[in-house]
Amino acid sequence: MSQSGQTVQSSDWETVVGLEVHCELRTKTKLFCGCRNAFGDEPNTNVCPVCLGLPGSLPVLNEQAVEYALRIGAALHCRSQRSLFHRKNYFYPDMPKDYQISQYDVPINIDGWLELPSGKRIGIVRAHMEEDTGKTTHIGGGGRIHQAGHSLVDYNRAGVPLVEIVSEPDMRSADEAREYVEELRAVLVAAGVTDGKMEEGSLRVDCNVSVRPQGSTDLGTRCEIKNMNSLRSLARAVAYEAERQIELISNGGRVDQETRHWDEADARTHSMRSKEEAFDYRYFPEPDLVVLDPGPEWVAAVAASLPILPAERRARVAGAAGVPASSEAVATVVRLELDGIIGAAVMANADAALALRRLANEVAGELAEGDKRALDADAFIGLVLMEQQGELTSAQARTVLKVLVAEGGDPKAIAARLGFEVMAASALAEVVDQVIAANQREWARYAGGDDKLAGFFIGKIKAATGGNADLRAATQLLQQYRAAQEA
Amino acid sequence: MTSVVEIAAAVRRGELSAAAIIEQHLARIDKDEVDIHAFNLVMADHARARAAEVDGMVARGEDPGALAGVPVALKDLICTRGTPTTCSSRILEGWVPPYDATVVSRLTAAGAVFVGKTNMDEFAMGSSTENSAFGPTRNPRDLSRVPGGSSGGSAAAVAAGFAAIALGSDTGGSIRQPAALCGVVGVKPTYGMVSRYGLVAFASSLDQIGPFATSVADAALALDTISGHDEADSTSIPTDSARARENLGRGVDGLRVGVIAELAGAEGIAPDVAARIREAAEALSAAGAKVEETSVPAVRYGLSAYYMIAPAEASSNLARYDGVRYGLRKPGADITEMYMATRSAGFGPEVKRRIMLGTYVLSAGYYDAYYGKSQRVRTLIIRDFEEAYRSFDVLLSPTAPTTAFELGAKTSDPLTMYLSDICTIPSNLAGHPAISVPFGTGDDGLPVGAQVLAPAAGEPVMFQVAEVLEAAAAAKGGGR
Amino acid sequence: MAQPLSKDDVAHVARLARLSLSSEELERYTTQLASVLEHAADIGALDIEGVPPTAHPFPLTNVFRQDVPRPCLDRDEVLSQAPEVEDDRFRIPRILGEAP
Repeated sequence: MSQSGQTVQSSDWETVVGLEVHCELRTKTKLFCGCRNAFGDEPNTNVCPVCLGLPGSLPVLNEQAVEYALRIGAALHCRSQRSLFHRKNYFYPDMPKDYQISQYDVPINIDGWLELPSGKRIGIVRAHMEEDTGKTTHIGGGGRIHQAGHSLVDYNRAGVPLVEIVSEPDMRSADEAREYVEELRAVLVAAGVTDGKMEEGSLRVDCNVSVRPQGSTDLGTRCEIKNMNSLRSLARAVAYEAERQIELISNGGRVDQETRHWDEADARTHSMRSKEEAFDYRYFPEPDLVVLDPGPEWVAAVAASLPILPAERRARVAGAAGVPASSEAVATVVRLELDGIIGAAVMANADAALALRRLANEVAGELAEGDKRALDADAFIGLVLMEQQGELTSAQARTVLKVLVAEGGDPKAIAARLGFEVMAASALAEVVDQVIAANQREWARYAGGDDKLAGFFIGKIKAATGGNADLRAATQLLQQYRAAQEA
Repeated sequence: MTSVVEIAAAVRRGELSAAAIIEQHLARIDKDEVDIHAFNLVMADHARARAAEVDGMVARGEDPGALAGVPVALKDLICTRGTPTTCSSRILEGWVPPYDATVVSRLTAAGAVFVGKTNMDEFAMGSSTENSAFGPTRNPRDLSRVPGGSSGGSAAAVAAGFAAIALGSDTGGSIRQPAALCGVVGVKPTYGMVSRYGLVAFASSLDQIGPFATSVADAALALDTISGHDEADSTSIPTDSARARENLGRGVDGLRVGVIAELAGAEGIAPDVAARIREAAEALSAAGAKVEETSVPAVRYGLSAYYMIAPAEASSNLARYDGVRYGLRKPGADITEMYMATRSAGFGPEVKRRIMLGTYVLSAGYYDAYYGKSQRVRTLIIRDFEEAYRSFDVLLSPTAPTTAFELGAKTSDPLTMYLSDICTIPSNLAGHPAISVPFGTGDDGLPVGAQVLAPAAGEPVMFQVAEVLEAAAAAKGGGR
Repeated sequence: MAQPLSKDDVAHVARLARLSLSSEELERYTTQLASVLEHAADIGALDIEGVPPTAHPFPLTNVFRQDVPRPCLDRDEVLSQAPEVEDDRFRIPRILGEAP
């Protein structure tokens, strides 16, 4: 409720979201030194003078990290250019040098885009290289920074290569923000540059949220939200923050541009107003490193060697199945990495559209992401063929599929075990005749054009056949008889 | 015998023991160090052990290397594993590096014996070694005077005979100026010629490590030993060696020498110093060089550009001294208070001045006007040098504007101290090599240094000319 | 470059650089820094439009290392230099703000 007592309609407002995603590269060693890039090792065992920032140490750039950064640029349709490293100066204990080597006004990748499964394109402003910081653990106060008594620092992660990907503020909802991160992660993992594990911190997301009246083209004041550790947190945080800002403005308040911290337990964002002044990073070109100029040949070679990415996979599935690439079924199947099966289905002359439906509806429901149970492609295609050729009804096929997913096996054997046999066409025709004969009044209405009664007859046929009827065939028969009668 | 070339040769041939050489030098240290304070740390035990190792190798018929048994002093901002490296600062007092600088590894591989870590201006910021947290070093030629800075301890160690070679670092003149004031040879190599890995950074785009010695030939040998590409330093140039000895013995017949007009009789250059440089020019001319005055106009702006660029880079390089991982820590209720207490207690006033100046110059709103502009002035200086080197092989100037001044004479006004660097700074900004060679004395009998400048990677011709100057100075009886 | 340097400016940069100054030091440093900046005003007057900046004396490009692990430091040696250690990590007083 606004102060005037009118109900605030969220639909009067538009949410505007931009995301900054930090992606850890899966190089063997750190960005500027030969220490191992590994998660979960004993604290402070993967450190050297360089990544500890000891006096006298100097950075040397990891060529593989540059290759991966170029891959990211290519995957996101960016322009890759000659670039410089800059120092970003600020004091924080997880930073061994109290400056971070990053990129500033001349980053390696600029001006790209990412196509979401929905078909919408999100602009990518830049994807630049920088080094990661160490990790601080806060002791006392429940592990929260503000109530801690003291902290402990582990520098194993300091110096790990990162690429920071900054989007245009093109997203318009919490769901769209989530979709963007999912797609971006899929692209980065497909490109082979990261393992993309948000729970291990190899993919981190900060978002910028603002709101504006529907129809306005000016951007409202934005808040940066940090500390979202999962896709679910991200969606919740964006939704919360949009609501907060709408509420605030509707009540005559003003959004302050600030950084806010998402609190998962409280399900809200908190202002992080601290005693610190605004950060003045005092960027200047890193004098210990030289110009990075990959040149058109390297850039082209990287682009040419990119493996197939999700958008292309969706296009192929859509093409094979004759459905739009932006359909949910297509997105689901690619996301669950089941699209290889579509390709195999096409090779086996199976009905790709049917295969797509079964995968997206029945299989996806059974398989959680990362499910170790692999669906046997041959068995699945065999099942599709059975259904396609009328050996099983849809209902029967779906039941067999459930068993196939849960236990594996051979679809014919499973069908036989379940006693499934599609009724022969002549036997079906007999049952249809019987049902029509027993329901003359309803038949008259159906024959007269009342299509609603089709369901009535199908129900009767189903009951009479104990579920063994191919209901599509039965429907066709009803229509044929009706047509014959009119003639 | 103090010549490095001679010592090493004799040790390698087994004619002289490294142990004896070291004892000789340690004895001098024992006697005179108390007056001079060249060292933060004398490494007597280490030196003896190392000398014994070298002698052992020779006895077994193994070659210890080109600097076998040579006593070497290291400026205390060069990392030595297992031996404290303090940068003459309280904030690193007692810090023991877990690694060796590349130059240390190369000298060790060449058979050198380290005798100590030398005193310096704190974090290399200064021109007199009076900014050391551990007390000043005194000029061996006159104990009431400064040895120059920031590598004053290294210059004094060589001048006093404590070491045959010393390494220093030069960011705005910190090797050459103390060399001039102490009457020894001091070299700043081409930027990137000597690895900076393990050199505690002051201003990263200007710093270079270089040798002090009592002769041009010794300095050349030392430079050739430590120079050459290092994959641990991204700014290291892809060459094997400075080739400093390549042209030694060729004389200067036909070489073209340009005397830098802007530094010849400039404001601030003492008349007796200017006179010695004129004599140096005449000596080169007499030896067959074509000597003329030339102009490098942008050098007039060098001081200003330097005092924007160097503090800016330093302010960032010194941020890491925060009490978290090593060095001094003063307590604080929270991390910010700890940072402030530690850094305020740990840094001396000159370091604080430069950190603040550097922070200001880089801060929002001022970058273009100060730092940005200074980096453009740098380009002008490089262009003016390039223009001069179209007509000349080397350039000549004084190294320092005066002879050694008294302790305390310039400490009340930082700007006065900064003016000590007007002749040396342009080479750092351009990345070019330069060498100071003792050439006579001032009216006060104190040493004067003549500076020879060369283009990038011009060490061969630079040493070639320096050698002739040295011979001329000896002939005059003025150099020592 | 004409702005004279004020005490507030110096207090601000001192804080940015994590240095605490007494009021006497603030006074003294302001005078000293102002005089250095004034001296540097000569380059402020220079017209160098179109002159590119030099970040490095030499235009080296593309200096790389290979993605091959090198030996790390021994943890005990590293932690032996640390002012305070707990649980094999560097112990520090509490942090009040989050990282930028």
